Amino acid sequence: MDTKESFLRKYVFSVDHKTIGLQYLITGLVMALVGGLFAYGFRSQLAWPNEPVLGFGQVDPDLYNSLVTMHGTIMVFWVAMPILLSGFGNYVLPLMIGAKDMAFPRLNMMSYWTFFLSTVVLLSSFFFPGGPAKFGWTGYPPLSAQPGFSGVFWGGHLWILAIALEFASMLMGGINFLTTTLSLRAPGMSLFRMPILVWMLDIASIIFMFSVGPLIAGAFMLLADRLFNTGFFLPAAGGDPLLFQHLFWFFGHPEVYVLLLPALGILAEIYPAFSRKPLFGYKMIIYATIVAGALSFIVWAHHQFISGIDPRLATPFSITTIIISVPFAIAVFSYIATLWRGSIRLTAAMLFALGMMAEFLIGGVTGIFNGSAAADIYLHDTYFVLAHFHYTLFPITVMAGLAGLYYWFPKMFGRHMNEFWGKVHFWTTTISFNVVFLPLFAIGLAGHQRRIFDPSLFDYIAKYQYLHVIATIGLIVMIIAQVPFLLNFFISMRKGKVAERNPWRATTLEWVTPSPPGHGNFETDPVVYRGPYDYSLPGLKDRDFINQAETL
Amino acid sequence: MMQWFPENISTYGQGVDHVIQVIYWIVGAWFVVVEGLFLYFILRYRRKDGVRAAYEPGTSGKALAWILIPAVVILGFDVGIDLVQGPVWNEIKLTLPAKPDQIIRIKGKQFVWDITHPGRDGALDTADDIQTLNQLNVPLNAKIVFELTAEDVIHSLWLPNLRLKQDAVPGRTIKGWFQATKEGDYPLACAELCGSGHGTMRGQLHVLNPADYQKWLDENSPQSPEVSSLGH
Repeated sequence: MDTKESFLRKYVFSVDHKTIGLQYLITGLVMALVGGLFAYGFRSQLAWPNEPVLGFGQVDPDLYNSLVTMHGTIMVFWVAMPILLSGFGNYVLPLMIGAKDMAFPRLNMMSYWTFFLSTVVLLSSFFFPGGPAKFGWTGYPPLSAQPGFSGVFWGGHLWILAIALEFASMLMGGINFLTTTLSLRAPGMSLFRMPILVWMLDIASIIFMFSVGPLIAGAFMLLADRLFNTGFFLPAAGGDPLLFQHLFWFFGHPEVYVLLLPALGILAEIYPAFSRKPLFGYKMIIYATIVAGALSFIVWAHHQFISGIDPRLATPFSITTIIISVPFAIAVFSYIATLWRGSIRLTAAMLFALGMMAEFLIGGVTGIFNGSAAADIYLHDTYFVLAHFHYTLFPITVMAGLAGLYYWFPKMFGRHMNEFWGKVHFWTTTISFNVVFLPLFAIGLAGHQRRIFDPSLFDYIAKYQYLHVIATIGLIVMIIAQVPFLLNFFISMRKGKVAERNPWRATTLEWVTPSPPGHGNFETDPVVYRGPYDYSLPGLKDRDFINQAETL
Repeated sequence: MMQWFPENISTYGQGVDHVIQVIYWIVGAWFVVVEGLFLYFILRYRRKDGVRAAYEPGTSGKALAWILIPAVVILGFDVGIDLVQGPVWNEIKLTLPAKPDQIIRIKGKQFVWDITHPGRDGALDTADDIQTLNQLNVPLNAKIVFELTAEDVIHSLWLPNLRLKQDAVPGRTIKGWFQATKEGDYPLACAELCGSGHGTMRGQLHVLNPADYQKWLDENSPQSPEVSSLGH
């Protein structure tokens, strides 16, 4: 298998799932910096509305709308999706189930390069006349349907095209995950011996596949409206703007769980490893997740309580939305119970994994406010919503993503990241994150509506201008806090402490391979004898874990 | 938390505030308990030499009860929250006053609120209608029904002091209502991204006592000598 490969075949057009996983991870990280830079641009404008922003100049409303649109688009689709689902999924899934590679390695390669192309298309829109899309990351028509309304022509087409390419890539990935899981498991690896992360990646892929169809339909119709004046979403031509919202959120809300599940999966590997305990309630977590996945399809209209849909719909959608908190509460309690009577080691990976849960709980409980239709009348489209979903998505994407990076880094590169700088990274990131977003709950409660470029124009929110200043300083600190991480990441890749096969003494299959594993993963085909989390099994004398591929 | 809210000046605003407060106390209590427990576990069960972790896979009925009982309690609170919020929603969005004191037409367009008030005759679509841009004038304590629409893209009528938000959708006329209980000038804004002027699409709600309202009518209804199309 490990014959000599050309540079191109090994690093560029690789069919090795590990290389592809890393390609997704690195692309996602680069895009995170781009998205963060845009956030700095509009956040500085909000804090000091009359000053030019260093690096951006005077941010006029058009540029402001471009920046918020591209920030949202990039962070959800070009950072969270590739890092959590494609990046970790590709790298870890075949290793965890004892496969040599994905079921369709070439399709996998194509999936990455389709994604890469989508990135190029998206970013190229900055260089077309009219600039990139500026109708919000949700792209509601009619604003997005006719170039005249938003002043953006090419940018809008490219935005739709980029998203279509991105989703095509994710579909290829999802098919690969499911097929690989179903057909390439090592002997003994029954479904209920699979690590939770594998379960989560598969359930997320299924949710994605079932929900993405309506959005693709919506995107096609939108493109037709833009190109051929078809009027699917234009009332003058017999269309309905709300149709798009239904199609969008039928995808858009399940999408939150597409991102959340891999994040919870990453945590499910890290909590047991660093508390030396089996994951509490393994099967219950799986069942709860399946229930939550199914429920996720009947909550979409909570984004539309005040959009003009029949107000009688609010009650059923309020109920389903609030009830989805139950299966997730089961999962969260199980994770917390995993720590109970454990032997907890606070490595950088564990700190980020714990931090993810601590911050995500804020996102979870604040969702109840928005899920309740009556409260949403006031809170909808204010900064309260914005703060809520950043407390949901930031822990999911950034904190779980970083936890995963610190955890699997030794496997990926055969070397350790520096733990001290990892901890510095954790504390500075966590503290500055809260400095950015806690104040936004307050200005949201004060009635501050979203997506206005100059809050000082509105008396009732102008008096809270200092909160924007605090949030912006927090963001600048947060961006600077990533510098030690990037240095740590790239320096450790070459010069970090050499890692053994199983530095964390973990139980899942990827840790029996060499660090990093060669093409083909396993030196000898693994056979699985037990469930994924046998930590501190009674009767073990010399150690406190036993790998899935070991016999007693 | 309530100190951040702008003053409520509508009859139903208290209901909204109450729902938000109820949720705040319920989820706030849960949040403190869960985060507290989480933090306690992290600190209490830090690694100590010679102390081994317990083997507790959480598969026994007793272990699962630790998870399922709180989940059932959460379900109970969820139902409770829905029971509290449902009637408030119904009052605001599902029922219109049978006999409104006034009907006002509001149209959002890039980037102004185009508002048609009934003139002295109290009816719309007559010669004395008063049209204003960004100025919404209503008499104190009157039950106002509004007919909301949009000309070009989606806008959202946002009156924080009334606790009123409603999207304005092209092709639809959405009816709603409010009753303002305090005189004064209050902000009116657009809460849905509607293009480059979204951040400047602002106006004012003027709640006038009957005498002032009558004065405004006399000055602005087109039957009066001086005709103005821009309110005051």
